[in-house]
Amino acid sequence: MMEERNKIQTVAELSAKGKTPEILFWVGCAGSFDDRYKRVTVALVKILNAVGMDFAVLGPEETCTGDPARRAGNEFLFQMQAMNNIQVMNGYNIKKIVTACPHCFNIIKNEYPELGGNYEVIHHSQLIQELINSGKIVMNEGGAFKGRKITYHDSCYLGRANDVYVAPREVLQTLDADLVEMKRCRTTGLCCGAGGAQMFKEPEKGKKDINVERAEEAIETGAKTIAVACPFCMTMMSDGVKAKNKETEVMVKDLAELIAEAQGL
Amino acid sequence: MEYLSQIAFLATLLVAGYFLSKRILFIRDSIRLGKPMETSGSTGDRWKNVFLIAFGQKKMFKRFIPAIFHFFIYFGFLVINLEVLEFVIDGLAGTHRIFAPYLGSVYSLAISFFELLALLVLIACVIFLIRRNFLKVPRFWSAEMTKWPRLDGNLILVIEIMLMAAILKMNAADQILQARGEHYTATGTLYISSLLIPLFENFSTELLILVERIGWWFHIIGILGFSIYITYSKHLHIFMAFPNTYFAKLEPKGHINNMPVVTREVKSMLGLPAEQTEQPPSVPGRFGAKDINDLSRHHLMAAYACTECGRCTSECPANLTGKKLSPRKIMMDTRDRMEEVNRNLRKGNKGLDDGKSLLGDYVTKEEINACTSCNACVEACPVMINPLEIILEMRRYVAMEESGSPASWNSMFQNIETSFAPWKFAPSDRFNWANELKK
Repeated sequence: MMEERNKIQTVAELSAKGKTPEILFWVGCAGSFDDRYKRVTVALVKILNAVGMDFAVLGPEETCTGDPARRAGNEFLFQMQAMNNIQVMNGYNIKKIVTACPHCFNIIKNEYPELGGNYEVIHHSQLIQELINSGKIVMNEGGAFKGRKITYHDSCYLGRANDVYVAPREVLQTLDADLVEMKRCRTTGLCCGAGGAQMFKEPEKGKKDINVERAEEAIETGAKTIAVACPFCMTMMSDGVKAKNKETEVMVKDLAELIAEAQGL
Repeated sequence: MEYLSQIAFLATLLVAGYFLSKRILFIRDSIRLGKPMETSGSTGDRWKNVFLIAFGQKKMFKRFIPAIFHFFIYFGFLVINLEVLEFVIDGLAGTHRIFAPYLGSVYSLAISFFELLALLVLIACVIFLIRRNFLKVPRFWSAEMTKWPRLDGNLILVIEIMLMAAILKMNAADQILQARGEHYTATGTLYISSLLIPLFENFSTELLILVERIGWWFHIIGILGFSIYITYSKHLHIFMAFPNTYFAKLEPKGHINNMPVVTREVKSMLGLPAEQTEQPPSVPGRFGAKDINDLSRHHLMAAYACTECGRCTSECPANLTGKKLSPRKIMMDTRDRMEEVNRNLRKGNKGLDDGKSLLGDYVTKEEINACTSCNACVEACPVMINPLEIILEMRRYVAMEESGSPASWNSMFQNIETSFAPWKFAPSDRFNWANELKK
């Protein structure tokens, strides 16, 4: 059982057996290298295995989608990355992709088609929502999160960029928790401050850091868990909570981690 | 002598028409400084945006209080302008209230309804003046709202108040004259303006005729003058909002426009076959945007559609936390620079080659670097302006033409090039996360 839960295969391994996964899990750079977000990657793998999903990862063959390069203005670098990734994925005949990173989600879904990469792309919040709706994930009543206050921070690249507002909230609702909204949520949700390649430089001069402003807003709701669905939001919100010295009281967790935890995975 | 007022009216119309058409041509030429537009997607979806968002004011209603008062002004102006049709016919034909005898009681009802709208417009304008000047709603006082933009906003409200007051005064005087048997066409009771009758009742008949005529002339000259004024003003949104919503992007907001020029080069570098349709451009353009001619005509048109309401800036995370970036300023700067270039060209000067450019002289790198591309400004704009696209075009110029991106972005670029990740990790370690599962 334990082995099944931790099973991980690369597309190359499957291909050697003449197989193609039903769905490719695009891990992303943060999911591969960022110590904090690696835990989200692992949580999602456990969920996918628990429901018996036919999936695989590219492993060492995956490279940056080119999102930060494009948003910072370096179109050449972006297109080099994109074309290479598209060649790899088309070579394996990939049709469907799930990712835990809204930036990878957005760029593969909306910007790869113009360069010859056409896939059905979903974000992990949407996949988990589907799994819950189809009864593949059954949440126990009165779980560990029952009555706990959770607030969800909208990722710009999921929300405004792609109108995904409902899926993450529906997933959280199954936790039987008390879901509270921040004043600025959904279409008016405040950015964590990391988008548009801001993750990779210091902010310009100003009165305050954006993530601190957002963390304050989240803390004000009284929630003890801030749910996120993006690796950059994860870093920014965690740092923001630390800046307010609340890291012992307020947790920042990804949706996949919360579901995996509630499922005892 | 008999035709004097008709001749004067015709002359007024012609003079106004002359100046207005000159301004329209100026605006057209300003927009044409940009690159030709490419539209994709369904025409039906574009018209849907025009009807829902421009006509239907859908996005205005995200903030209810200003939306409701704005709706009074918007609807009032749409409807009251029907009355201007009668003004024009009367003015040219030398008639007085030409529609009244034909429409009878419908006329009194219609004019009373227009008067109600005029009153609502008036109230809304007063409330907006209070919001701007006494309540000092912050978005009307931020850094780019210097003297002229603030004055422009107030002037429009004051002019609208005066125009509406002129109609009501004119109608009040008219009704007294009708009662005095001065051969004025019967209109029946006009419900709003009749409330003003006590103010004028003691006037002599001559004075009342003068009040009525002044009201009439003031309103029509006012409207004509106003239509010329708005071509200089932020108020031009009353027209440009419509084409702007039509041409607004239909793709999800997260989508960034592709650069086919780069696609062609990258494909040839990778030895991939380029598509037939991807012909090299006749004029080698710049990568990204340094000046207004690098932007598309739609970006320039959007600058004319901006009414400086500042909803974008009030939701911009960078601006909220004290950074210099303001999406509204990006649009205002684009308009200022485009008009500057066009004015220069008309004077026979060099236009674009005046030693200035949009990026550098109007917008600074500090501003564009602060953008998180979160789309809050795009979402907030009631007329679907997209300041983010302009910001990204300028970033492309800085990155690809100047190699002038911030040092940490340059290192990020290098990491992606050499390690295929924005951070400096060995590519061979990419799959190490899976070791966690093997434990």
